[in-house]
Formats: sequence, C-alpha cells, structure tokens
Amino acid sequence: MTVIIGLEIHCQLNTKTKLFCGCSTDYRDDGPNTHVCPICLGLPGTLPVTNKQAVLYALKVAKALHCKVPAFSEFARKNYFYPDLPKAFQITQYDKPLALGGYIDNEAENGGEKRVELTRIHMEEDPGRLVHKGSGDRGRYTLVDYNRSGVPLIEIVTEPQLSSPKEARRFLNKLRATLEYLGIYDSEREGSLRVDANISIKGYERVEVKNITSYKGVEKALTFEITRQKGMIRRNAQIVRETRHYQEARGVTTSARSKEMEHDYRYFPEPDLAPLEVSSWVDEIPLPELPDARRDRFVQQYGISQNHARTLTGDLKLAEFFEEIASDMPEIAAPWTADILLGELNYRDMPVTKVPVPHYGALLLEVKKGSVTDTSAVEILRLILNQVMEGQQPEMPGEIIARLGLSKEKGDSIVDTVASVLRENEAAVADHRAGKAGAINFLVGQVMKATRGRADPKEIAKIIADLLKE
Amino acid sequence: MGSRYSFDNPDPHNAFITICREAEYGEGPLSGIPVAVKDNISTAGIETTCGSNILKGYIPPYDAHVITHLRSAGAAIVGKTNMDEFGMGTTTESSAFGPTLNPADPTRAPGGSSGGSAAAVASGMVQMALGTDTGGSIRCPASFCGIVGLKPTYGRVSRYGLIAYANSMEQIGPLAGNVRDCALLYSVIAGYDPRDGTSLDLPAPAPLKAEIAGKRIGVPAEFFGEGVDPAVAKTVQSGIDRLEGLGAEIISCSMPSMQYALAAYYVTSMSEASSNLGRYDGVRYGTAPDFVRSWHDAYSHIRKSGFGEEVRRRILLGSFALSAGYQGKYYAKAQAARQMVRNDFARLFETVDMLAGPTMPCVALPLGETSDPLSMYLADILTVPANLAGVPAISVPCGTAHNLPVGLQLIGKHRSEDEILSAALAFEEGSV
Repeated sequence: MTVIIGLEIHCQLNTKTKLFCGCSTDYRDDGPNTHVCPICLGLPGTLPVTNKQAVLYALKVAKALHCKVPAFSEFARKNYFYPDLPKAFQITQYDKPLALGGYIDNEAENGGEKRVELTRIHMEEDPGRLVHKGSGDRGRYTLVDYNRSGVPLIEIVTEPQLSSPKEARRFLNKLRATLEYLGIYDSEREGSLRVDANISIKGYERVEVKNITSYKGVEKALTFEITRQKGMIRRNAQIVRETRHYQEARGVTTSARSKEMEHDYRYFPEPDLAPLEVSSWVDEIPLPELPDARRDRFVQQYGISQNHARTLTGDLKLAEFFEEIASDMPEIAAPWTADILLGELNYRDMPVTKVPVPHYGALLLEVKKGSVTDTSAVEILRLILNQVMEGQQPEMPGEIIARLGLSKEKGDSIVDTVASVLRENEAAVADHRAGKAGAINFLVGQVMKATRGRADPKEIAKIIADLLKE
Repeated sequence: MGSRYSFDNPDPHNAFITICREAEYGEGPLSGIPVAVKDNISTAGIETTCGSNILKGYIPPYDAHVITHLRSAGAAIVGKTNMDEFGMGTTTESSAFGPTLNPADPTRAPGGSSGGSAAAVASGMVQMALGTDTGGSIRCPASFCGIVGLKPTYGRVSRYGLIAYANSMEQIGPLAGNVRDCALLYSVIAGYDPRDGTSLDLPAPAPLKAEIAGKRIGVPAEFFGEGVDPAVAKTVQSGIDRLEGLGAEIISCSMPSMQYALAAYYVTSMSEASSNLGRYDGVRYGTAPDFVRSWHDAYSHIRKSGFGEEVRRRILLGSFALSAGYQGKYYAKAQAARQMVRNDFARLFETVDMLAGPTMPCVALPLGETSDPLSMYLADILTVPANLAGVPAISVPCGTAHNLPVGLQLIGKHRSEDEILSAALAFEEGSV
C-alpha cells in the first residue's frame, strides 16, 4: 500500500511588526491583549496596510525555494466566523498567491537526494488565540487573546510527493533549517511552525489532518493516521474524505466533522489592499549561504564526512557552533559534535547555544592531545552540560580532570594494574591462552573498571599481550 | 484649542443620533464652524452607531482620518447624524433611531443614506456636514434636500475610520448649503493617508473659481431614460440649457453600460457588505452575547436581533453572491460589468470634460412609501455609475419639480474635483 503525503506548513515570519498594523510581534513575555491596536482587533473603520518587510521575507523564502513570483498577486478575504478571528475574515491569498512552484531537495531513504516539489507559497495573517478555562457543563469558558492576531504567516504547500512519515519529518527539518538560515523565522517562538497534512493510501480517499502544532508531532500524527487508514482498508471499511484533528496529548487523530466545520469561505479579493506587483523585488533580495551549500563547503573545507556535514548544517545554530570550534581539529570536532554532543543535548532538551564554547573547545583539545580517554571526556562533557543546566558557572575541563583525577593513565602506571588484574583472573587468562576470542575483551574491561576509565583500551590490550608473552 | 461651541438647538427633523452640546474647536480654516458628521465615521470618545442597534454604545477609541483633519482645521464637531443602517438605503428610514424628516417637506424622507447630514445642513442647524457615498448616499439626499453634495474620486479622501459598507466604492465627502462651503470642507478632508492602502497621493485642491465657459459637457441619453420623472427631467434639462448659456458645449452621447450598472453595484456592495459586517458578533463591542449559549448560537442571536431587516437582507444576498458555485454567476459577472462601466466612462472622457444629468430620477418620496426594496434600489440608477468607476460627482440644486428640490449631477474624470466644483460654482452663481 503506497502512502501519499502532502504538507501545508504555516510559518510565522519574525518581522518586528504585524502584517497589517504597527503592533509588535514579540509578545512572548507579555500579558494577553497587550500587543493590540484598533487594526488587529478589527475595530470598525480600520484598514490594513501591508508590512513591506513581511513581503520581502516571504519573497526571500520564495527565492531560496526556487519558486516563480508572478508579476501580479493579491490578497483575498477568507470569510468565516470564529471567536479568534476579530474581523470574521482572514486576509490571505487565494487564486493569485505570491509564489508558485519551487522545490526542496530532501534527504532520501538511501542517503541520496529526493526532490520534493512545492505547489505555492502565500502570505496571510495569523488569527488570535483561544484559551479554554474551567470545567463541567456550565463552568467552562473561553478567553480570547489577540496578541497573535495579525502576525505574518507564510503557508508553504507541497505537492503530494512524500511517501513516509520519516520522509516528511526529514523534509520539515530541511525546510525549518532553510527558514532559519534565511533569518526570517524564530524556531524558539511557540507555534511558529504549524503543519496540516494530506494523507492517503494510493487508490483511496485522502484525509486532511489539521492542528499539528509542533513539527515534532508530524511524524507521530502521520504514523497514527496511516495505521488507521491501512487498518480500515484491511477491514474493508470505507475511508471517507474528511478533515481530522490531531490530538497532541493522546497522539491520535479524530474526525472534525460537524456542521460548524463545513465552511464555504466565500473568498474574494481584499478591496482595501492594492494588488502586489513585487516580482521585480526578487532580484534585489540577497540570499545567505543555505544548508546544502554549507554542507558541501563543510566537506570541502574541513574534510569531514558527508553525513557529519549534513547533520552539522541541519541546524543553523549547530553549524555556527561547529565553525567556532572546528578550525584546529575538524576531524575530532565533527564526530564529537554530530555524534556525541548532539545526543547529550537532545537528552537534556538543551539548545546548542547554551554550550559554553571555551569549555567545549578545551575539552576537544584534551581529547586531541590524548590526555583523557573518550570515556572520561564524555563524563567531563556531561558534567559541564549539567552545570550549565543547573545555572552554575561550568568548570573548565582541566579543572575537572585535576579535581576528579581523570588524567589518562599511561605506560608504567597501568602495568601494575594490568598485572594484578591478570593475577586475579586466571580463568580468563587461561581462556585467552586457549584462543577464546572474548577473553581479552573481558580482561580489558576489568582494567578499565579498575582505572575508572582513565586508561586507553588499545593500550591496555597491548600491555596485556606484552605481559602474557613474558 | 479651548474654545467651545454651544450647540443646543432643537432637532425637529431627527437629523442627529448624537448631539455634542458643548463642542470644542480650535484655530484654522474651519475655526468655530459647526460641522455635523455622519454616524458611520469614527469619532474618538463619541458614540458611533452606523444607525444600528448592533453598535449601540460603541465609542471608538480613535478618530477617523477626516476627523483628525476637521479638528486641526478648527471645526466644532457638533454631533453625529442619522443614516440608513450601515448606509444601506436611499431614504434614512432604515435607521434604528427613527427616520429623518426632509426640511424641504417634513412629510417626506430626506433621501439617504446621509439623510441626517443633509437635513442638518438644509435646516440650517449646521453650515456643513460630512456624509459618505457608496452608491449615491451623499448626492441623493443633497438632491432631495436642495443642497450641494460631493462624492470625491475613490482614494482622494482617506477611508481610515469610515465604518465599511462597500469598501471598493465608498468615499467620505462634504455636504453644504452652497458650492463654496462644500469646496472648503472638501479641501480640509482631501489628501494622502498612509493608513489607507487605496489612498491617492495628489496635490492639494486648487483655489475655487467659477469656470465653465468652453467646457465640453456630455449628456448621455441613458441619464434621461426610463424611470426618470418627466418633471425632474424637464427641470434638469433647463439646468443643462443654463450650462450652455454659460458657455459650455453640450454634447449628446451614450453610455450603454448603464443597463448593467445597478446589478453590478448591488451585487458588489452586498458581497463586500456580507464580509465587512461579519465582525459584529458582540465579543469586542456593541451588545454583549449571552455566554450561556455556545458561541455559534450566541453569534446568530446577536446578529439576528442587532441588525435591521434591510441589513440582514443584504448580508444574506451578498453571502449568496460570493458562495461556492454562485460566485462565477454573480460576483465575477458584476466585476466584469463594473469594468464595462469604467470603460464607458474612459471612452466618453476622451471627448468630453464632464457628464451632466439628473442626480435622482425622482423627487423626495413621502415617508413610508418605499417598503418595496426593489423600487428603492432602482432609484440609485443615476448615482451608482460614478461609484463603480471611482470618478468624482457632485449634486448641485437646479430648481424644483412638484415644488420639491431637484439636483443636477456633474460627473468628472478621475481626480477632477476642482473642475466639477468650478463648474458647479459657475452654475450656482449663474456666472462664467
């Protein structure tokens, strides 16, 4: 059963002001309804005026994603009633969007590239936000916060060319990285990237899943929905064309069908705004180095693997971090950052921007000099990250090595340890002499344990071999 | 600032919804002049209802662009005038605050929708007033009350703060007892406003001088077509003869797109209105909803009880015209017809400087006469073409028919307010 997925991605543009008024878009730490004015509250008599910066940001995305920008596009009204929509219409774009076509080269299952084509990119305003309170039949009520009302969004629509939830996740990661590189999007703002997905099994009706409020939820939502659809097909149940809502907390999709959801949006051109004739602006818009180009440069400049380069450039902040510490020792910095640091950060849900560069750099230097073992270095890294998480001033690796005695034990200092381990494990020594392959590993492990990880396993193996020869 | 205008006059014609008995005024070209403002123009601190129950109690927190200009020109804003609910009418009878009476004959309606503004001027309560004109709402009551009313070029006066009925066609404009006052008020409110995306950036209006000799004035046969009261036609024809006597060249012409104008106007205005009026849900202002109901039921209840019959009719018709499956048949066709009207004007203005004809096909109607909406819509036939094309038009008194005032309408090219005001002044003063 072939899976067909298309995505609609809503991305908040991080302009200073809203799409059609002068209100600030950065309301994160402020109370409800503090970033509002007559225009974004939709008071009678107010008129929208388009924020040029928002158009430039949207065009920047269109250019980076290889879209065509038509000579003429226009805003339209999408009419529907909902308490978060103060004008009872959303200013969006309908049949004349800002940009058409375009594509993203996405990492494919086999490690190569698969081109995913885009249908269009259009601009629109975000509605306000509802906050549901209370409980019980009579006790429930809803508050409306219009701080978000009028924040500029772009909607990026893909062709139905994605074939698995994993691929969709990779696509979104790539898109998100590109948007971050363009500097038009702030991933740390809650709800700054929201996804609707169209999912079908080839030969059956398609289902739209709305309300995926985090891009991390996409893979889970898609997986659930595909399992549901496949199950229905197996049971010979009919899949109906419908809109379903993703319930993040339960990880399931539920049918959104109700009278209120069956909209006829009555689109028509927004009479208060002149058409956009902005295609000539595109040439003037400078593009920064984008993820693909940076990945290729990392391979060239630092001599690191394609896979490491892809991981390291898959996030703008990570790429910048890597470049800060990479110059002297890319061959160590690449695997350490892509394989070890990233894992530790994910485990702690910690952003890379919080990693202290001098400390991390010094740690890699110790690794490079061979003054600590990898095991000790990971221990030191964890200690530093935990200190940062707890709000402490982190210790430098040198201090930690000295304090905990983590210096790598070398040569003579470990020969005695090895000798005593051999004495205490005669059975294993006998096994080794008899040619049992696992015995040496056991012995090395015992020495590692005895030195609390401060010895290099290769060196231990060599010493064991030398001692047993004698 | 600091001077106060005491406005304690009786209002026998119900011209006002709100009267400001002590109006502050300052220095400037309108210093101390009492000006009335139609109640669909936002005034900070003064209730603004659009003649509707649904906005009762709504006090805007901001001034419309034109109000800012009135204040800085020194005008005394003495009150908010009565109007057809949300501007939807030709008689001022659909107001939730009762009908306005025509000062020329108090048994008759003043026309609409800016009937309160026209009556306030015609009765002498104020020297000038602001109205709004979506399909004739300034010119119709000016004609019926025997005063001057100008609808400017679309974009010439900022709509910021004008509570929308049909955005793509409406303009704020002046009503006054004579052309000079009309031009004075116009010169105060005209100008660029970055807050209105459709605002035009043009030089200030030129000083007014009577000028008509040598002007080529087109008279489309359709302006005297079916439905025009012969007595009105006769009065206007003699007015056009006077224009000729003043040295204008009168040229017969034709405007075939007139046959589509009313349909194009009503489909467009109702469609836009159905969207514009969606926001009146009681959540943020106006009558509060009953929160025990679900939001959906509360909205329906508020909108059903808050809007009058004509408003509900137009919202429903407009929603239908925009709905899936019918949009191509109605809204899209109306836009095509609108383009034909624009093209007709463009073609005519290649050979003439302005067009002349009656403002209204009839004189003021007795109160309560227009219970049939369709016959009311038909009365707008001569005024809607200027709104469809966005060109300026003025109604100037031209005599009487059936002992009631009749207006002569002059329609100009885009941005030619100065020219039609000059012609109107020459006509009014009977001089070249």
